Amino acid sequence: MKPTDIRNPDYFHKVVDCQWACPAHTPVPEYIRLIAAGRYDDAYMINWESNVFPGILGRTCDRPCEPACRRGRVEEQPVAICRLKRVAADYKGAIGERLPKTPGKKNGKRVACIGGGPASLTVARDLLPLGYSVTVVDGARQGGGMIRSQIPKFRLPEAVIDEEVGYILGMGVETRFGVWVNSLKEILVEGYDAVFVGTGAPRGREANLPGRQEAAAHIHIGIDWLASVAFGHVTKISKRVIVLGGGNTAMDCCRSSKRLGGEDVRVVVRSGFDEMKASPWEKEDAMHEGIPIHNFLVPKEFTHDKGCLTGVLFEKVRAEVDAKGRRNLVPTGEPDVHMECDEVLVAIGQENAFPWIERDLGLQFDDLGMPVLNQATLQSTLPRVFFGGDSALGPKNIITAVAQAHDAAISIDKFCRSEDLLQRPAPHVKVLSQKMGIHEWSYDNGITMDLRHRVPTQEIKKALSSIKTEFELGFDPQLALAEAQRCFNCDVQTVFADKACIECDGCVDICPVDCITFTADGEERELRGRLTAPALNASQDLYVSGLLKTGRIMVKDEDVCLHCGMCAERCPTGAWDMQKILINVAHAGQG
Amino acid sequence: MSYLAKPKLHHPSLQPNALGYTRRDYEGAMSTMCAGCGHDSISAAIIQACYELDIPPHRVAKLSGIGCSSKTPDYFLGNSHGFNSVHGRMPSVLTGASLANRDLIYLGVSGDGDSASIGLGQFAHAMRRGVTMVYIVENNGVYGLTKGQFSATADAGSRSKAGGINEDSAIDLAALALQMGATFVGRGFSGDKEQLVPLLRAAFSHGGTAFIDVISPCVTFNNHSGSTKSYDYVREHNAALNRIDFIVGRNEITTEYAPGSLVEVPQHDGSILRLRKLHDSYSPTDRIAAISHIAERRALGEIVTGLLYVDDQPRTIHDHLGTVKVPLNQLGESALCPDNAALTGINASLR
Ligand SMILES: Cc1cc2nc3c(=O)[nH]c(=O)nc-3n(C[C@H](O)[C@H](O)[C@H](O)COP(=O)(O)OP(=O)(O)OC[C@H]3O[C@@H](n4cnc5c(N)ncnc54)[C@H](O)[C@@H]3O)c2cc1C
Ligand SMILES: Cc1ncc(C[n+]2csc(CCOP(=O)(O)OP(=O)(O)O)c2C)c(N)n1
Ligand code: SF4
Ligand code: SF4
Ligand code: SF4
Ligand SMILES: [Mg+2]
Repeated sequence: MKPTDIRNPDYFHKVVDCQWACPAHTPVPEYIRLIAAGRYDDAYMINWESNVFPGILGRTCDRPCEPACRRGRVEEQPVAICRLKRVAADYKGAIGERLPKTPGKKNGKRVACIGGGPASLTVARDLLPLGYSVTVVDGARQGGGMIRSQIPKFRLPEAVIDEEVGYILGMGVETRFGVWVNSLKEILVEGYDAVFVGTGAPRGREANLPGRQEAAAHIHIGIDWLASVAFGHVTKISKRVIVLGGGNTAMDCCRSSKRLGGEDVRVVVRSGFDEMKASPWEKEDAMHEGIPIHNFLVPKEFTHDKGCLTGVLFEKVRAEVDAKGRRNLVPTGEPDVHMECDEVLVAIGQENAFPWIERDLGLQFDDLGMPVLNQATLQSTLPRVFFGGDSALGPKNIITAVAQAHDAAISIDKFCRSEDLLQRPAPHVKVLSQKMGIHEWSYDNGITMDLRHRVPTQEIKKALSSIKTEFELGFDPQLALAEAQRCFNCDVQTVFADKACIECDGCVDICPVDCITFTADGEERELRGRLTAPALNASQDLYVSGLLKTGRIMVKDEDVCLHCGMCAERCPTGAWDMQKILINVAHAGQG
Repeated sequence: MSYLAKPKLHHPSLQPNALGYTRRDYEGAMSTMCAGCGHDSISAAIIQACYELDIPPHRVAKLSGIGCSSKTPDYFLGNSHGFNSVHGRMPSVLTGASLANRDLIYLGVSGDGDSASIGLGQFAHAMRRGVTMVYIVENNGVYGLTKGQFSATADAGSRSKAGGINEDSAIDLAALALQMGATFVGRGFSGDKEQLVPLLRAAFSHGGTAFIDVISPCVTFNNHSGSTKSYDYVREHNAALNRIDFIVGRNEITTEYAPGSLVEVPQHDGSILRLRKLHDSYSPTDRIAAISHIAERRALGEIVTGLLYVDDQPRTIHDHLGTVKVPLNQLGESALCPDNAALTGINASLR
């Protein structure tokens, strides 16, 4: 194999599985170490730089980092990365002074952001310190988008939203809240240098079944209903509620119902339990609150008595894999199931809608009604207009919206400076050897056997008594420390120096997870099979040295390396060193 | 060395052996050897061999003398019996233990100072008596623990780290073991586990006195250019005679070899030792030829490694003494302390 080029920042970045998986590439182990050290402010700021909403995300993030976490490949559960983020937010002091300052002198460029959700706010945050004038327009009365209008307050208290949205608005955003944009043309004529569309995916999918019109008063679209709850227009629900759908919106609907008077609240899903879109922990929380989930039932009809809803009729189905390997739901032929209820919440999906964008502006849409975008730059076919967040790719999540907005902000900045948008800025890389003594490192290289710590939660009766009582209480500093210690410090990399190695096998013998092999060179696939432990996880790279004195090479399988530094402690010549490789992706103006 | 214990987490594909133990279960305490010491690699090879042989850890007794090498039994087989004896006296303590309980698997771990300098007499007698054991000398040519003085295995003409030249001639423990009557003699190198692990497996299955001289560089005091026990020197002068494909069952055939390139030695327990010859004319069952081959090669500056000699029907100390099959520690008091009448009978028979 070709010797690994460790100067390519992506090589070691990929080894930091969580950071690589995070759409915004938050330097996770770096902030976890700071939390362990009680440096909550610093931990918060690292998050804030990358993901903009640490307190919000520390409670609500979809956490793609956790399934990627290396710890989950060596024991049962990954590190509770997301809830550690919340610790930084909960225990930090006043960080206002550390926020970037908006320069007194503007650069003369004006940018409009349509929609005031996480995507637009991130664009504003990235561009304001560079001297841009940023106007955010949203039909809602406050900033935050669906963070504010959809996510129930028992998961995310209002104060946290106010604080973190406030940091950005406080940087000098010109807000036009309570103003719906009904025409992109009207915005364009205002002469902005660039326009960012961050309007989300605001339309809830309908369930057009018999009875829908007649019983309309008792059937609500989930996201509209959640918004009404969020803004206090709805404060009660009937005793018997059926929630249709298996995603996170359905989970928020059922858990909210339980808090607003629903007694017999049930979730009914077309698919099987495992195929449901909701995150496993959302399903768990719902069931923990006494909400049953019924699977493999397809709604057929809303039954009613002269417009008064009486229930929903379902057809029973089962999953069948067809010749092409696709899963299909086919009727089982059993009798239909009728479930009685007084109200139904329809949470079966969200759609984009751009009725306010004129189709004669040169801004193209594809067959599915989505804007045609350059994937690398998020620029639309109307060069001045950029998209990001749910408006760009359909409903996703906050962290994806933030990450895309960072990218869009880079594009907007380059566009306004007439630079090539396709030349993306390289990440910033800092390398720091951790060696302090023969077996002393400036990071804590001990490996704890602690299993994942549970986040303490509100006692169930109290939790269900109010829609505003936060369900999760968060880790306290002791639990946070214990959980932080479970992190392997995957950013502290094993760096190998071919020339120094005397091939004593010391590192091979000590490595607890059999990562290291000295062997004859070979083709990757074959090589993977004959290492000290077989390297079966092809998504993880092999670190390959140049030819050593005996004509062999050193091969390290990165897959389950604990970053414990034992190899480096055992090496007589310093051929292994533990080096912290801190990678920060560049944001607008940092190229 | 490290201050921290080796993390307990292991590779997800780590397999248990027939006893349900993984290789990690055969480990011991954290080593205190210098980083890069050959002795640590030998410990790792012992761990691997015992794991592969499904040896029950509680049936092994590890005995050693004094030296860095003699400290290592603490770093493997943490669930076995252990005894750290006086400098050079491991063989006699082990002999006693083996007479008292012949059912345990005895592993003697020693150094070149421990066995060739202060303990030479003990070493020689253990070999000639046929004590049932695996005797490993971790040979670095120096007294590592006392900071690198030449030991009796240092080659004449080799230079110490401080610059002194060794004028005394070297003792080749493998050659000596052959002369003394050891029934299994091998030589390995800590830096070549592919050779060492099968050699250890064969030694553990031998059933007689199995001696292995393992060259094991002392990174701290004897890994410089004037040394003949350094990683570089041993790699350059290593003349491997054979590779062992140790096979447990009788009928397992793994690889086809060219005719004449294989030697099969049936073992006392029915298993077969299969040797892949790397040196055409060498036969590992001819003691005298082995002694002269080692000497010839040595004169050419080569270090012969591999299985040097094996006797497939080893006679042991128990055969020599006619000891009872039941371990002494399992015999009752009446058997161990015969009454007056028995004593009178014995006395009468001697009159
Ligand atoms: C019930 C529910 C729960 C969710 N829970 C989570 C969660 O726990 N974690 C997570 O990561 N994600 C969650 N999401 C998804 C998340 O809220 C979105 O992915 C995210 O908010 C998208 O951000 P955005 O900035 O692209 O758009 P949005 O947050 O949707 O913001 C768009 C804003 O644009 C405004 N707008 C739209 N059109 C116009 C117009 N024409 N004129 C003026 N203003 C307009 C809207 O009022 C809105 O405020 C959830 C979504 C729902 C529906
Ligand atoms: C009776 C006695 N004499 C001398 C010593 C000092 N001493 C301790 S270790 C050692 C030499 C050990 O050399 P070796 O067996 O080669 O072990 P190594 O450290 O090289 O592995 C000596 C002379 C001692 N402990 N006891
Ligand atoms: S840091 Fe070194 S010893 Fe520790 S797991 Fe990784 S490769 Fe193995
Ligand atoms: S411990 Fe160091 S010198 Fe020894 S094999 Fe490993 S990298 Fe090479
Ligand atoms: S002094 Fe030599 S023999 Fe002793 S531990 Fe260090 S390297 Fe090994
Ligand atoms: Mg020695």
